[in-house]
Amino acid sequence: MLDDATPTIGPIAGLGAIDCDVHPRLPVTADLLPYFDAYWREQAPYRNIDRLELTGHPVSLPPYRREGAANGTAAEIASGLLDPNGLSAAILTLVNGTQALYDPYMADAFCQATNRWLAAEYLDADPRLRAALVVPFQHPEAAAEEIRRHADDRRFVAVVALAMGERPLGQRANWPIYRAAAESGFALSIQSGNVYRHAPTQAGFPSYLVEERTHMAQAAASQTMSLLSEGVMTEFPDMKIVMAGTGATWIFGMSWRVAKDWRGARVETPWIRESPEKILERQLRLTVGPFDAPSDMDPVLVDVIGSPDMLLYSSDYPHAHAGPAGAWPRALPEDLAPALARTNPQETYPRLEV
Amino acid sequence: MGRHVIARADEIAPGKSKRVEVEGRDIAVFNTGTGYRAVTNRCPHEGADLCRGIVARFVDAEGPGEFTVVEDKVMVRCPWHGWEFDLDTGRSYCDPNRVRVKSFEVAMEGPDGRVAGPYSVETFEVAAEGAMLVLTI
Amino acid sequence: MTTAVLEKDTKSDAKLGVIDCDIHPSLSNPAEILPFLPLRWRDHIEDYGLRSPNPFYAALPYPRMGNGMRQDSYPPGGGPAASDLAFMQEQHLDPLGIEVGLLHALNAGPSLMNIEMGAAVCAAYNDWQIDKWCGPDPRLKGGICVPQEDAGLAVKEIEDRKSDDRFVQVAFVPKSLEPAGRRRYWPIWEACEALDLPVGVHSAAYGQRANTASGWASFYVEEHYSFAHVAQTVLISMIFEGVFERFPKLKLVLVEGGFAWLAPLMWRMDREWEEMRGEVPHVKMTPSDYVRRNVWVTTQPVEEPPNPKHVRPLLDWIGIDRLMFSTDYPHWDFDHPERTFKVGLSEAEMQAIMRGNAAAVYGL
Repeated sequence: MLDDATPTIGPIAGLGAIDCDVHPRLPVTADLLPYFDAYWREQAPYRNIDRLELTGHPVSLPPYRREGAANGTAAEIASGLLDPNGLSAAILTLVNGTQALYDPYMADAFCQATNRWLAAEYLDADPRLRAALVVPFQHPEAAAEEIRRHADDRRFVAVVALAMGERPLGQRANWPIYRAAAESGFALSIQSGNVYRHAPTQAGFPSYLVEERTHMAQAAASQTMSLLSEGVMTEFPDMKIVMAGTGATWIFGMSWRVAKDWRGARVETPWIRESPEKILERQLRLTVGPFDAPSDMDPVLVDVIGSPDMLLYSSDYPHAHAGPAGAWPRALPEDLAPALARTNPQETYPRLEV
Repeated sequence: MGRHVIARADEIAPGKSKRVEVEGRDIAVFNTGTGYRAVTNRCPHEGADLCRGIVARFVDAEGPGEFTVVEDKVMVRCPWHGWEFDLDTGRSYCDPNRVRVKSFEVAMEGPDGRVAGPYSVETFEVAAEGAMLVLTI
Repeated sequence: MTTAVLEKDTKSDAKLGVIDCDIHPSLSNPAEILPFLPLRWRDHIEDYGLRSPNPFYAALPYPRMGNGMRQDSYPPGGGPAASDLAFMQEQHLDPLGIEVGLLHALNAGPSLMNIEMGAAVCAAYNDWQIDKWCGPDPRLKGGICVPQEDAGLAVKEIEDRKSDDRFVQVAFVPKSLEPAGRRRYWPIWEACEALDLPVGVHSAAYGQRANTASGWASFYVEEHYSFAHVAQTVLISMIFEGVFERFPKLKLVLVEGGFAWLAPLMWRMDREWEEMRGEVPHVKMTPSDYVRRNVWVTTQPVEEPPNPKHVRPLLDWIGIDRLMFSTDYPHWDFDHPERTFKVGLSEAEMQAIMRGNAAAVYGL
């Protein structure tokens, strides 16, 4: 039943596919020193700030490292993913602790240095690579500035947010970030990850990492709910929202419920002027690596989800999912490949030129 | 087209409603404060009595937090699930083309006879003639 | 679209006698519970109040449209919705053909920060359920409220009620201090399994943790949606902590979370378990196998997808045998037994959802 039989790259072969969710290695302070200003160049080593790896998303551990994907450099991504799958582009999203730091100025400095490091180490190294900006949600004005500074570098196509963050993403405090992103056509890429300001569940911290990972889908759903209810999806129609690496199929449990509740509770949020599932279909995108469904799935699932336009091809490389890197999910009809791997990414990321 | 005296005008206070049966049909009559409206009593969703619903001006918002109350658009909110129906047209807000109630004339305008689908409720014309309310069906 | 199925009349099926797995009885006024409390706690409450993790002392943190009630459910003689048995019988039990109604007496007892007072409040609500509801109308069955954060006191309350067969389940509030599968709750699960009392988990407005993993949401629509998430947390935790290995006959009933989320959650748990099973060697079976053996969900608020036909594949993915009908009377998102399912179900499927499954789970 499970998607581990013998998945193959299958239908994306020969398409020049665009992979919407790939992860670079985490930079350590030594990597970032050249990109810090004088203050942080002295402070970062002095205060022993090194690798900002998240407890809720521990990418140094085996579940996040498929065999053979040891160092995560641009060259390794090319040989392990881009070349064998014939990709025309891959969007790198770095999930680390820059958004978990408590000091907003430190967060800003680490985000800026990380983006410069990404450009130098990855984007300059391989023209197929694109990246999402890391920005300090702790300091929305600084985050907006960082986005505007990169408006002309079209290799950056998105902004990273975490599924389990400090406050629900739709709230107005974050709007300067979205205003800047929408101005220049950045998408918002929401990734598995946890800053531990709050418990991952409404009943506290679970014992096991597998539980926390399972909960990432409901965290993505909560963020979707927030971005919809607060009006971000309608106020910033030029910013698509991408839920990356959280399994995709949770969407119908959420969209049906919110559409139903809206019929009765619309008066609370009357700026939502059409049925929510229509707004979600327009603004929300879901990556399909990994894809939560059995391999012998009834193809009606795509209709149940809403529309194939909402789905984006992705590998979640180098995370250790079953089968070869970037395998097409067996639960999805193969004839969707051109849409998911080409058309939909191009419409989701207007800055992406391939 | 039959005309029926259904109530004394002062029987239904502003904001209140009355359930009447006319020619075998179950009808909810509302005093909106500025006039009378009548619709099929049965909500097309799960069958609640619309006469038990709250009558309120339509609320709208240009953007988040920018609430407005539309004075000339009066809705009944279904007493169960809160679905809103425009008392002038019988149309639901959430799905105006598919979900509507028939409104009946309690005013001098002609009946809105179009029935869009299985969820339709009718509107009826109802008018105060002197001290009495007259419903046209 | 699909006009024919929308109009399907399911009256004949429903008239077999419905088991309604979620009815909310209410106090006529706050003082009504006091006679069921020892004098010591009556005095305490009068002087110091009932402290729960809710920012408002006597109001909901997310104010609800129409107070969250069916607007036609207020008794004609006055008082809150569902506070009068005669009117509940007249409006709900009799006309809808409810043969058995399972009560979920929502109260702050399990969530009070003073555990001893919580135990007294739970006991009071248990006595009140019998006195006001289950005694006078044998169709109504109680759920044992327990001070769940102290498993010893909770088990004592269960033991005190075990010989009263008017209680058919143990009520557990999902917004617990720790996820439901953690060891602190195991004595409760052990007692439930030993006494063959299903655990009825009903969503609640009270809890010490934020309603999303990113903090408190802004709107009631978000809070309402989060109820489905905390039901998921109970399930995820119990499976991955190995509760159903340790207590293989335990029955878990998740109430008022809807059910569309269950299929993708089973798929997700199965995939994550395949990738991470080394972390949880005590989980012997595929997670969805435990769901199919130990877990049921109630139907309300029923799923109403934009295309009503999509309920059909969903039912097949979950399994008809997992679903038990509920109305949530008198709450605003109430479901009517004759209007709930807008897709064609066979007579046998309808019967299973409307009564058969619940009759088997609860031994009715």
